[in-house]
Formats: sequence, structure tokens, C-alpha cells
Amino acid sequence: MRFSRWLADRWVVGVALLVLGYLLLPIAVVAALSFNRPSSRLSYDFHEFTLDNWRNPCATADMCDAVVRSVQIGFLATVVSTLLGTLMAFALVRHRFRGRSGINVLIFLPMATPELVLGTSLLALFVAGGVPLGFWTVVVAHVMFCVSFVVVTVKARLAGMDRRLEEAAMDLYANEWQTFRRITLPLVLPGIVAAALLAFSLSFDDFIITNFNSGTTVTFPMYVWGAAQRGIPPQVNVIGTAMFGIALLLVLASGLRGRRARRAALAAPVPVGRAGGRS
Amino acid sequence: MTALAHLGGAPTPTAPPGDRDATRGSYRLLPYLLLLPGAAWLFLFFTVPLLQLAAASLYDPAGSLSTGYALTWAFGNYPDALQAYWPQFGRSFLYAGVALVLALLMGYPLAYAIAQKAGRWKNLLLVCVVAPMFTSFLVRTLAWKTILSDNGWLVGLLRDVHLLGPDGRLLATPVAVVLGLTYNFLPFLVLPLYASLERLDARLLEAASDLYASPTQAFRRVTLPLSMPGLVAGTLLFFIPASGDYINAELLGTPNEYMIGNVIDSAFLVRLDYPQGAALSFLLMAAILAVVFVYLRRAGTEEVL
Repeated sequence: MRFSRWLADRWVVGVALLVLGYLLLPIAVVAALSFNRPSSRLSYDFHEFTLDNWRNPCATADMCDAVVRSVQIGFLATVVSTLLGTLMAFALVRHRFRGRSGINVLIFLPMATPELVLGTSLLALFVAGGVPLGFWTVVVAHVMFCVSFVVVTVKARLAGMDRRLEEAAMDLYANEWQTFRRITLPLVLPGIVAAALLAFSLSFDDFIITNFNSGTTVTFPMYVWGAAQRGIPPQVNVIGTAMFGIALLLVLASGLRGRRARRAALAAPVPVGRAGGRS
Repeated sequence: MTALAHLGGAPTPTAPPGDRDATRGSYRLLPYLLLLPGAAWLFLFFTVPLLQLAAASLYDPAGSLSTGYALTWAFGNYPDALQAYWPQFGRSFLYAGVALVLALLMGYPLAYAIAQKAGRWKNLLLVCVVAPMFTSFLVRTLAWKTILSDNGWLVGLLRDVHLLGPDGRLLATPVAVVLGLTYNFLPFLVLPLYASLERLDARLLEAASDLYASPTQAFRRVTLPLSMPGLVAGTLLFFIPASGDYINAELLGTPNEYMIGNVIDSAFLVRLDYPQGAALSFLLMAAILAVVFVYLRRAGTEEVL
């Protein structure tokens, strides 16, 4: 009995480590291939070590144009969807109103609909309406599928917030605007930032919906898709590795910040109120 | 549907406290003003397009993009499309189903180990689970092309141990497509499952074993039922995108592995047959909804038992 329990424990951990290996292997391959000098344009095998790809990431100019375009689209889609989604989250958590369940369905459905259907239906609309496909139709599409994720993320943060902090501020003669500015906003901000990062990463990496609505506009995923037929330049892996590195740094930085904040909270048990106060 | 809402981790907000100004007119309007821009965007670019797609699926199939389409309520588009492409339909659900089983076999132990055994490594391991999403979907799928390549170490190893014949391949086979699907959507399964298992009180398992349950019994009677919400949410978050995916089939397979997504893509972008593409899109959505509905009912009754 003891022994079988021991074995069960180790068995689970062993399998878990193998699965983690499966998840991380392709990332290691992408990183390795970013240092590869391929033997031919259509070869996916590691041939020879080189630093050239990192030295000239823009050797293929089309690819860098595509990356820049993806960043522009991602930025616009993030700003608009974060704004719209945050407003909706406030309405849903802070107010009682008629039609709440209808709104919840409207927010939930885009997340449950296959991307393929989101993409083809927008294409059908744009074509029927005579809207030329391009940069702006992609932005519109990206805002649409990012909004729901923003609402869910900000809502979670708002719902977990202690309303008594705001009541305390009001009791101390802060008016509504001051309360919002000094208490509510700083407390919700981590949720909004997380939502914005999520929106940007969803937009930057989207292929399926973009593919239907981009016309001749080429984003980074669209570039990779097209290049997969003609032969992938190794610089694609440089971009892939760099993206991974930036995302990892952001996550580690937020983790460290969280840990520091928690430690500070342990050292001095009053800082929650100060987060929005004069300091 | 409630299963997916679980993922947000947000409890349905109860009646908002402190509605002290609810009587003031501007306050009653405020929620609608806050909702208006977002709701309008979703209505215009999600609801209306779905209606337009529904209309397009009933266009006269004789029309074309250049000559224009007439809405003739051609319901025949649906059986026609299904008849022409049922193998790709079947393949989509077969591949997504097999990938789901593989993902459950891998994802459950992983989620369990992180939730219950990882201790202070928990956060680091969670970062590892989402790490694949930090790099581009297409780039990491292409990495599998390198791993599964005919000259790669994996195929070499499998040939050496005679799991593959001397000319056996992995790339451009159903195996590669299913492996790619499993890999790409595994994090969506693991995260909600982890959220459920993390809340599991280890003392319940001790109690089960004190009452002479074997580890297997304890798993079946305690762990599994308690992880059901996460399991249901994770399964749906895996299955919906996996059955609609066509990137893996395109990059890792051949036209013999094409799924329904490949057909819809070419109907809209290559063959420019909008009525057929629209009909196929709706059939895909209906099929997914049907599977989800049956599954939720099943999972629901299991939970009750």
C-alpha cells in the first residue's frame, strides 16, 4: 500500500516531466534553428552554426515589414479592445441593469465560436458591404475577438476587489472622481495591463481570422504561411526566439514585482490603502 | 456553456453593493453608456456577420463574386457541401478526437503534478506550460517539421528500434498532424484542469485511503469527480479550436490529411465559392455545437452520479 502510493507519486511526476519536455522541445528547436545556416531554402534540418541570422534579422525585407505591420495592428487592436472591454467589465461588475444576461451571451459567444467561422463570416460581411480588405479590416476583426478576453480578464480582477476600500475613501471625503483615480484605478490596473498583454499576444499571433480578412496586407503569421510554401528564411526563427524571450522577461518581471509587493505587505501591514494614496 | 465561464475564474457578480445613487437618472444610464461601444462593436462585427454568412450559405450556387450572388434560399447547398466533403469532415473530428484523448492522457498527470506535487516550483512549471504560446503558432508548428523530418533523430531512432520500417516516415502522415494538434492545444486543456485540481484538498485523499480505498479507487471516486469542472472546460477549450484547425494539416500533412478547415479556406480564398464555404462553416459550427451539447449533458450526469 505504502509502496504503491510511493510509486503512484513518482509515476505522476515522471509523466509530467516528459509532457513538459514535449511542450518545450519545439521552442528549443526554434532557438537552435535561429543559429542555423540551412543547406537549401526548403530544408528544415540543422546544417551549420552561424550568427548571421541574428546579425541581420532583416535580411529578408518582406519579413521585417510584416513584423512591423503586425506590431502596428496589434497596438491599435490592443488599445481599442482594452478600452471597450474595460468599460464593459465595469458595467457588468459594478451595476445592476436590465439585459445583463444578453450582454453576457454576446461576450461569451465569440470565445466559443471556432475562429474559422469568425473569419469567414466577417469576410462575407465585408465583401457584401463592398469594404476593401486590408489593414483596417484586420484591425476591426482583431478588436472584435480580443474584446471578450479583455472583459473576462478585467472582470476577474474587479470581482475580487474589496469594495470597502472605496467606501473608506468616500467616508474620508474623497469625491467619486478622487476615489476612482486614487483607489479603484490603481487596484484594477494590474488586471487591465494583463488584459492588454493578452490582447496584444492574441492579435500578434492570429492567423486564421487575419487570413480571411487581410486582402493583400501581410502580417507576420501571414508571411510565415506564405513562406512555408516557398522556403522559410532562418530569420523567422530569430523573430520566434525573440518573441519568446520578450514574453518570458515580461512574465518573470511581473512575477518578481508580485513577490516584492507580497514581501512588502508582510513587512508593513498597511500598504493596500497606500497603493492609491499620496506617497 | 457554464463550463467555459468557469475558465475566467470570475464568480458571477452578485448584486453590486452600495448602489446608493441608483435613484439618480444619470446613474441608471451609466451601465448602458459603459456597455454601448463594446456591445455595438460585437453586434456589428460578430452578430451581423454571422447573419450575413447565413445568407451567403443560401445564395444561388450559380452566381459568382464577379457577377454577384442572388439570395434564392438554396437550402440544397448544405447537403451538396456535405456530400462533397464528408471525408474531410469526418477526418476533422477523428483527428481532433484522437488528439483530445492523447492530450488528456498527457495533460491530466501534468496538471495533477503541478497542482499537488510541485510545491514551490508551481509557478515556474505553469510558466513552462504556457511557454509555447509565447512564440508564434506557425513558427512552433514548423519546428515540428524539423523534429519529424526524415533525416531527423526521431525518425532515425524509431527506424532503429523497428517501430518504423526502413522507409517509414512521420512527416506528411496523420501521425504528424495529430501530434501537432495535441501539442498546439494542450495548454488550453492543462490550465483549467490545473485550476480545478489546485483547489483539491489533499486531506480528502488521505481520508479516502484511511477508509481503505486503493489509490485507483480514491482517484476514481474523489479526484476525478472533483476535477470535473476543469476537465469539462479544458476538453471544450481543446476540442473547439482543434476541430476547426487547418494549419497543422497544411504544414505537417498532405492533401490526404486535409481537414474541413482546409476546404473552407480554399472555398473562400481559392475557389471563391462563397455559398459552399458559408454552408461548410455553418455545418462545422453546428457539428461542434452538437458535440459540445451531447458532451456537456454526459459530463453533467456523471457529475451527479
